[in-house]
Amino acid sequence: MHDFRLALAQIRPALGDLDRNLALHLDYIDRAAADGADVVVFPEQSLTGYFLSDLVPDVALPRDDARLDALREASRKLDVIFGFVEETTDHRFLPAAGYLHDGEFVHVHHKVYLVTYGLFDEARDLAGGGTVRAFDTRFGRKSMLICEDLWHPTTASIAAADGADVIYGLSSSPGRGVAGGTNELGSAETWRAMNRLYATLHVCYVVHCNRVGFEDGVNFWGGSEVVGPDGEVLARAPDFDEALVFATLTDAPLRRQRTRLPLRRDENVMLNGREFARIAAQRHWLDDG
Amino acid sequence: MTVEVSLRERARRGLDLDAGLTCRVLEAFIREELEKFGIQRAVIALSGGIDSAVSCALAARAFGPERVLAVLMPYRTSNPASRADAETLVDQLGIYSTLIEISAAVDGLLGELDDDPSPLRRGNIMARARMIALYDQSEAFGGLVVGTSNKTELLLGYGTQFGDMASAVNPIGDLYKAQVRALAEALEIPRAIREKAPSADLWVGQSDEDELGFDYETADQALYLLIDEMYAAEDLIADGFEADLVHDLQRRVVRSQFKRRLPLIAKLSNRTIDRDFRYPRDWGR
Repeated sequence: MHDFRLALAQIRPALGDLDRNLALHLDYIDRAAADGADVVVFPEQSLTGYFLSDLVPDVALPRDDARLDALREASRKLDVIFGFVEETTDHRFLPAAGYLHDGEFVHVHHKVYLVTYGLFDEARDLAGGGTVRAFDTRFGRKSMLICEDLWHPTTASIAAADGADVIYGLSSSPGRGVAGGTNELGSAETWRAMNRLYATLHVCYVVHCNRVGFEDGVNFWGGSEVVGPDGEVLARAPDFDEALVFATLTDAPLRRQRTRLPLRRDENVMLNGREFARIAAQRHWLDDG
Repeated sequence: MTVEVSLRERARRGLDLDAGLTCRVLEAFIREELEKFGIQRAVIALSGGIDSAVSCALAARAFGPERVLAVLMPYRTSNPASRADAETLVDQLGIYSTLIEISAAVDGLLGELDDDPSPLRRGNIMARARMIALYDQSEAFGGLVVGTSNKTELLLGYGTQFGDMASAVNPIGDLYKAQVRALAEALEIPRAIREKAPSADLWVGQSDEDELGFDYETADQALYLLIDEMYAAEDLIADGFEADLVHDLQRRVVRSQFKRRLPLIAKLSNRTIDRDFRYPRDWGR
């Protein structure tokens, strides 16, 4: 991996207001660039806000939309990872994470696991993606996942097996769970545990960028962080407040940790592939109850 | 080694509150959700009880005391001690207050009725008279109404629809009574308010717990297990909760569901408000 300086843009997007959010992105991008960042990452649906419901078709964009030109242009200064809702040519709307460099999309990930339970209703308004990939950037091989994707540990496993040195997780994670004893929200506690676990077991960097603010009474708790391959938290944004936090991600800890703990080397991708293919073929016993 | 925990103990732990963290979320909630509407002022019906005291304290933290108006609205049968407690809190927080007696309005309406209304009807009339005065003060003060209904009473339906349940935003609606108490302690609400028996104060000596027929502590625990942890009634009964109480709580929750929803709209079109026409309330904010 090539060393690079990362900026975590923990923003408070306005619900359904593309213009305001675009201006917010450009402001954070300028500040990140001024501080020498090579890459800036924004949260899930950073361009649109999260609880959209019927607003989805109003804010969804095809990736070649002119309204994204300013972001494309900004990506000539530094790489930009942002969240939006992509409209396909056949008019499906997919939660998306875009990786922009030098005016072009290097990769777009569509949220694979839409979340439709409890306070979430994504599958009513959105379509899910069908791939999890790592992709090459000028700083090495990366992967992007979106919020609920990471609650399915297999997505991180695929990203790591595909060679990602950094897993970017973009979130709009609602804060909940205020029981005493832990000094943090229940949702924050779980996320931090997941980030550490993925980083440690996949011996890679995990970058979790979560938003802040409120939508219809629901708070988003922030706490964005970068976790190193040994599970150490290298940078963390405050809970609840907007922030721009920096971290330098280097290759040396990957080499050292993969030497000490060669889990990646020993990961049996063929075994996983065989067994998952077998289970998928037999899946009818699950589908039929 | 056994680590099995009784459901009651599980409820105690679940209801245990990180008050500092909760205050932080709720202050930001009031501030941000009102600011989206261009408003930085709160108007709150202050009864002298613990729920409205907590809402006032949170709003004072969110905007500063000079942007909070407490509206005291006693009826002639209200306990004078309630007003005294409310005034103590107003002084402590340094918020604005105004006193609006609702006796003339309520008695005027009661005088127009042909029959002798039940205590329930009287209570509803008082609650709705207060709502009218409160929303008028909201306009006069340029603030939005911050609610004072807690999760226990919302679930039990122990409140008057379009009366004390009316508000623009409610910071404490996801907190059980016991959690409101914990928050009140952290917010340094006067001891007299925290320790007195909860009362709708429709007449002197009225007590919520007498009227409901159970104590809040047990109700909180049972509701927490049923609602938040999704245990079945049988699980609670097997754990030692009284069967009649558990079933009574369940009935109350079901029976009062209408109070927690908007009025039903007869569906005719392909896009009916709140059925298939679904936009967030913060639409465009």
